[in-house]
Amino acid sequence: MDTNVNFDPREDAYSKPLDKIDVSVPELYQDDVYQPYFERLRREDPVHYCEDSHFGPYWSLTRYKDIMTVAVNNQVFSSRWDLGGVRLEDQVHGYERPSFIQMDEPDHGERRKAVSPVVAPANLARMEGVIRDRTNMVLDGLPRGETFNWVKEVSVELTSRMLATLFDWPLEERHQLMYWSDVIVCHVDTPDAPVHSEAERYAELEKMATAMKALWNERVTGNAPRFDLISMMARADATRNMDFRELLANCSLLIVGGNDTTRNSMSGGVWGLSKFPDEYRKLRENPELVPSLISEIIRWHTPVLHLRRTALTDFELGGKTIRKGDKVAMWFVSGNRDEDAIKDPHSLIVDRPRAREHISFGFGVHRCVGNRLAELQLRILWEEILKRDLEIEVMDKPTYLRSNLIHGIRELPVQIH
Amino acid sequence: MPDVTYIEFNGTAHRVEVPVGTTLMRGAVDNNVPGIDADCGGECACATCHVYVDAAWLDKTGLPEPGSQEAAMLSFAAVAQPDSRLSCQITMREDLAGIVVRMPEGQH
Repeated sequence: MDTNVNFDPREDAYSKPLDKIDVSVPELYQDDVYQPYFERLRREDPVHYCEDSHFGPYWSLTRYKDIMTVAVNNQVFSSRWDLGGVRLEDQVHGYERPSFIQMDEPDHGERRKAVSPVVAPANLARMEGVIRDRTNMVLDGLPRGETFNWVKEVSVELTSRMLATLFDWPLEERHQLMYWSDVIVCHVDTPDAPVHSEAERYAELEKMATAMKALWNERVTGNAPRFDLISMMARADATRNMDFRELLANCSLLIVGGNDTTRNSMSGGVWGLSKFPDEYRKLRENPELVPSLISEIIRWHTPVLHLRRTALTDFELGGKTIRKGDKVAMWFVSGNRDEDAIKDPHSLIVDRPRAREHISFGFGVHRCVGNRLAELQLRILWEEILKRDLEIEVMDKPTYLRSNLIHGIRELPVQIH
Repeated sequence: MPDVTYIEFNGTAHRVEVPVGTTLMRGAVDNNVPGIDADCGGECACATCHVYVDAAWLDKTGLPEPGSQEAAMLSFAAVAQPDSRLSCQITMREDLAGIVVRMPEGQH
């Protein structure tokens, strides 16, 4: 938490001039103090311009409806990497990553369709048994009556195994994938970041892409069709001739998308239910609420804080004019707490009506491709926790990642009784 | 009130009455018909109320062609076919009474 014990984020949020509010500061998320800033923006200046930030001038969209408007308007709001990409932090010249999330149509769709079959309904059904076996093994191996880090022992353990399966990467080397995931999402100026410059980041990712390319070369010549991400990209017309940089970019995207978001939802759910013990009690008495719980966790935690677009033309929104070339951040973390769209948004409610209508997966053509796999993993985890009637006691507040992109939980000390 | 028959992927049929002016998505969700997720609440911003419209009905009723946003969303649905539609974009009319729609294996 903030080192200044007298710091009151609510007072700070409401006493600053509006134009000085800058929600891109990564410390707001690391210190878990961002809520009052968004609360004020939603009420007083929902389409907000910040002239001066570490990441340059940018617009913030803080209301559910405005985020929806921009998310579905991919004619005006571009994701292109050569315009800066999908994070507030621009792509750095020479180190751009042309992954399909950072492309517009038709390039985005063609490439996305090369990999989306990995999470098609039939494939998910095939994976369910494996996921349940692993979840059982991990839960049964947890210590009882002593404090451990839920993130490391459960969230990372389960999602790293899933990611290895998706790439058909050697299971015993799955922690290498986790390392690259951390390399991709970090701000390089974070003191304990795994890399400290874009050059260093790119060098690490070149090692990753070289390893992926070796697997690609093995698999492209095999006779039997395989259903991992690398084999799918090696076979599809839209991706089979990707150059090394695009391979690096797409593997980076799939590594983060394929584990980090679910990892943090697995941790965020435990933290959330610990703050709403009556809801946990309701859940234990009504385990059929698990699917609703999963949507609610994904809303309440919001694993991706924002994604960014770049305006291709001038656009009027909420009485403001977004100019051609401007950066626009869709703050999912705020849209999911929009009092006008979601009743009692700060509470985690396990039987919330229309719980599926959260904004965490984004909307429009770039909507999260792996959403149903994420839900499947979370559903199995909570089904198995409830079957065992585990009482998970949270021993201390979570430690958060210093990031304005990923709502990352690094540590969550718990005891199981 | 006109009726709609929703057929789940496993073959289970649900015949429910849907008021004129209500979308087929809302008709399913309000009647607890399983198989339609409707994650965006009817904004044509996802593809999780995907249905297949019986070909006879496509011809008979002259349903409007999918709009460009609907077509874009459908192109990312898991198992899209020529008769795929988003049920939030079909509004109930008297002359659609008896329409039959089938659900895909999953909503993505």
